[in-house]
Amino acid sequence: MTQYPDAVVIGAGIVGAACAEALARAGLKVLILDASFAGGGTTAAGMGHLVVMDDSPPQLALTAYSARLWTTLAPELPRNVEHDACGTLWVAEDDEQLEAVRAKQRVYADHGIAAETLSPAQLADAEPHLRPGLAGALHVPGDGVVYPPTAALALLQRAIANGAELREGVRVDAVGAREVIVGNERIACDCVINAAGAHAPELTPGIPIVPRKGHLVITDRYPGFCRHQLVELGYLASAHTMTTESVAFNVQPRATGQLLIGSSRELVGWDMNINRAIVRKMLDRALDFMPSLALTSAIRTWTGFRPATPDKLPLIGAWEDTPGLWIAAGHEGLGITTSLGTGQLLADLVVGHEPALDPVPYAPSRVLAGIGTH
Amino acid sequence: MTGEYFTTGEYAGTDAEVVVADVAVIGAGPAGIAAAASAAERGLRVALLDRGLESGGQIWRHINGVAIPRVAQQWLARLDKSGAQILRRTSVVDVSVDVAGFEILAESSGRALHIRVTNIILATGAREMFIPFDGWTLPGVMGIGGAQALLKSGGSFAGKRVVIAGSGPLMLPVAAALAESGARLVLVAEQAKRSAVARFAAGLWRTPSTLMQAARYRARFMSSSYSTGTWVTAAHGSDRLESVTVTNGRRTWRETADVLCTGYGLIPNVELARLIGCETRDGAVVVDDDQRTTIANVQAVGEVTGIGGAPLSLIEGEIAGLTVGSRLSVPLPLLRRRATFEAAARRMFDVFAPRAELRALPTPTTIVCRCEDVTYGVVQDAVCARQAKLHTRAGMGPCQGRTCMPGLEFLLAWHSDTVRPPIEPALVSILSSEVAKNAPSSFLSNSCVGDVYQ
Ligand SMILES: Cc1cc2nc3c(=O)[nH]c(=O)nc-3n(C[C@H](O)[C@H](O)[C@H](O)COP(=O)(O)OP(=O)(O)OC[C@H]3O[C@@H](n4cnc5c(N)ncnc54)[C@H](O)[C@@H]3O)c2cc1C
Ligand SMILES: Cc1cc2nc3c(=O)[nH]c(=O)nc-3n(C[C@H](O)[C@H](O)[C@H](O)COP(=O)(O)OP(=O)(O)OC[C@H]3O[C@@H](n4cnc5c(N)ncnc54)[C@H](O)[C@@H]3O)c2cc1C
Repeated sequence: MTQYPDAVVIGAGIVGAACAEALARAGLKVLILDASFAGGGTTAAGMGHLVVMDDSPPQLALTAYSARLWTTLAPELPRNVEHDACGTLWVAEDDEQLEAVRAKQRVYADHGIAAETLSPAQLADAEPHLRPGLAGALHVPGDGVVYPPTAALALLQRAIANGAELREGVRVDAVGAREVIVGNERIACDCVINAAGAHAPELTPGIPIVPRKGHLVITDRYPGFCRHQLVELGYLASAHTMTTESVAFNVQPRATGQLLIGSSRELVGWDMNINRAIVRKMLDRALDFMPSLALTSAIRTWTGFRPATPDKLPLIGAWEDTPGLWIAAGHEGLGITTSLGTGQLLADLVVGHEPALDPVPYAPSRVLAGIGTH
Repeated sequence: MTGEYFTTGEYAGTDAEVVVADVAVIGAGPAGIAAAASAAERGLRVALLDRGLESGGQIWRHINGVAIPRVAQQWLARLDKSGAQILRRTSVVDVSVDVAGFEILAESSGRALHIRVTNIILATGAREMFIPFDGWTLPGVMGIGGAQALLKSGGSFAGKRVVIAGSGPLMLPVAAALAESGARLVLVAEQAKRSAVARFAAGLWRTPSTLMQAARYRARFMSSSYSTGTWVTAAHGSDRLESVTVTNGRRTWRETADVLCTGYGLIPNVELARLIGCETRDGAVVVDDDQRTTIANVQAVGEVTGIGGAPLSLIEGEIAGLTVGSRLSVPLPLLRRRATFEAAARRMFDVFAPRAELRALPTPTTIVCRCEDVTYGVVQDAVCARQAKLHTRAGMGPCQGRTCMPGLEFLLAWHSDTVRPPIEPALVSILSSEVAKNAPSSFLSNSCVGDVYQ
């Protein structure tokens, strides 16, 4: 890029990719820098479940908005993004959880999100490998699945088609007022977007993001073994409470016929080793819901670090301490889903368009003001 | 020391069988057999694990009855008498370390087996390295070792036109065996230069048994053509192999063939060693004079420490069997024999190193990852194995890159990706298994010699 960029996006994970795509589409000259390679950070570890979640009203607003954007984009995505509109089944174990399923359905209905409650018989019919005796489920047909690393690449390719440039293997050392510093080089620009995921605080001290470790296990190919992304209703609680350790039943059918089994949450810093005890717990939980998973063959396990914030909401917007600096980070376990909403919201704020959602709940200024740092 | 040394009271959870021993030898090829027998002869409780149905590893396993070489017979008899417990059809999928030692998780005929030991001897051997080229996935194209295994298990090549193309001393015995079984050997193409192969052969006098063996092999397929500095660049056929393109760098020609056996030497199976944290160099586990790795109480023997052939594997196994759990010094003659064979192995490594021209073998449309059908053109620009996996699925299938990644590392100078459990595909039930509190555990029956673990 010989020209001076309008915007430098730091991080080519799915969030940085979505920001770059939206900014380039809005007509800005975008430069994307990544210390490693595109989609190689947390994005490489994520499950890729595109899911509407209602832990809080702003979370619901951002996930629902993003889900609509994914549905619009889906037909234009290359095949290797493996987009699959498989829907989600939120599985209820007992009557109390079934009551929660009904409440969830009402909330979704209020927001125009299609959802239906399945009886135990309907659930067994939809997913024969689930154990008998479950109370029912909420079926959310609009949810889906993508393969995150190639989804990030596809977004970057769209940005590049609109004039953006991607430089991989370039680590940003520091961010200044309307500039980024890479070794001896200073790259001047109008705005900088810190989309470095769980590493964002290294460039912008004061951002309350911590790595929240997760484990996943992938199996060999069993086409048709399950048809929806299956999540236990207890997952919400597992994701919500910032306990040091939790697991939940979360199984995803991949386009390849493989099954992705999750998920765990731990606060252990950047230790990327497999924690065998947690894997056992996670698999036990999965076996509890789907006993015949026992006979599937696991071929690989891995870990990843969700960029977690104290109030479970991402930071999207201007960082008022540094002129020209914007943050798009802290998407915890929903960054694949919320990447598109984040990119659009950020681009609208940068270019001064009226955003489709109220940006206030995501504004990084809540941190500067001391909110959200409990 | 007796079985009481180990308690199972610390376990919690359900199912899974427990075996407790002093030493686990992982891999029952020549190296593992020698290690297990020598250690058990010292009175140690030894568990010898192998995923195969029979002991013997790559070289001895498939041979039935008469064909077993005398040294194999001798070692198998010694193993039998030694008291080592042999666990067949047992695949090691994970090893974890704690204060009490190691816990090995294995899948044994679909069941979980937890093996608690204080010492591990890794004898996981090697596998063939393949360099992909157009047509290498056609039926009729196979590994050189694969052809050997097929022969040993009764497969027939009678009347088939066979081309063997690749590198390394493995080509000779396979060529001999194929010729004997009635195959029509069209060509044996060794990619290494004539001068280098000649120098290597001339050096074999230092290890006479190897020289004799090589001569015997060569005599058996004398009538067919053996070419050095020659390699296959493509295989052709509509639904199975019909012909191959051969070159010597100056001239390129076609040979009609029903079978092509290919392979560019062996590469150590270091995954388990890397999982445990042992240092590796040039793709092999680093060991000291006593075969100790950089991780305490873990030794490595045989091909996993570098390709050196069965005689060297036996010596290394014996040394580890003598030194495991003790400070005994190794008899000098054994050390001398190891040094001699190691020198030969180093020469072999240099002579048969794949030539640079082989980097041009794959074309953009050549399939490199057979599990996921990924072509060379798609992975070529990746900067590392991890990026290629994530972006193209290469190496993500059931074999987890065991087949394609060594070739790709050679072609594109990539570093290997990290190793995580399970190192072999394992049933979810195995990975989730835990050892029950007070689970009945089978203690291996030998009692320990006094000088161990003081
Ligand atoms: C186990 C697990 C399961 C998950 N499942 C789901 C799911 O089903 N659905 C969902 O929506 N989300 C899921 N997530 C969450 C999702 O993966 C993350 O929220 C998302 O990937 C975050 O993307 P990101 O772009 O912010 O971060 P990253 O992907 O980490 O990208 C940040 C990039 O910044 C680069 N970088 C860092 N520092 C610098 C620097 N100084 N200079 C230059 N570049 C730098 C890094 O190299 C990296 O590529 C899951 C996460 C985990 C761990
Ligand atoms: C394909 C092939 C063909 C060969 N043919 C010849 C020949 O014809 N002549 C010759 O002189 N040399 C031959 N060699 C070389 C010869 O096999 C070796 O020199 C010798 O066998 C080395 O012995 P080893 O004990 O180190 O390994 P191996 O004999 O390879 O034994 C390793 C053993 O470890 C087991 N193992 C590995 N990982 C695990 C795990 N995770 N769990 C359980 N078990 C495991 C394997 O099943 C195997 O039985 C061949 C090698 C290969 C790979």
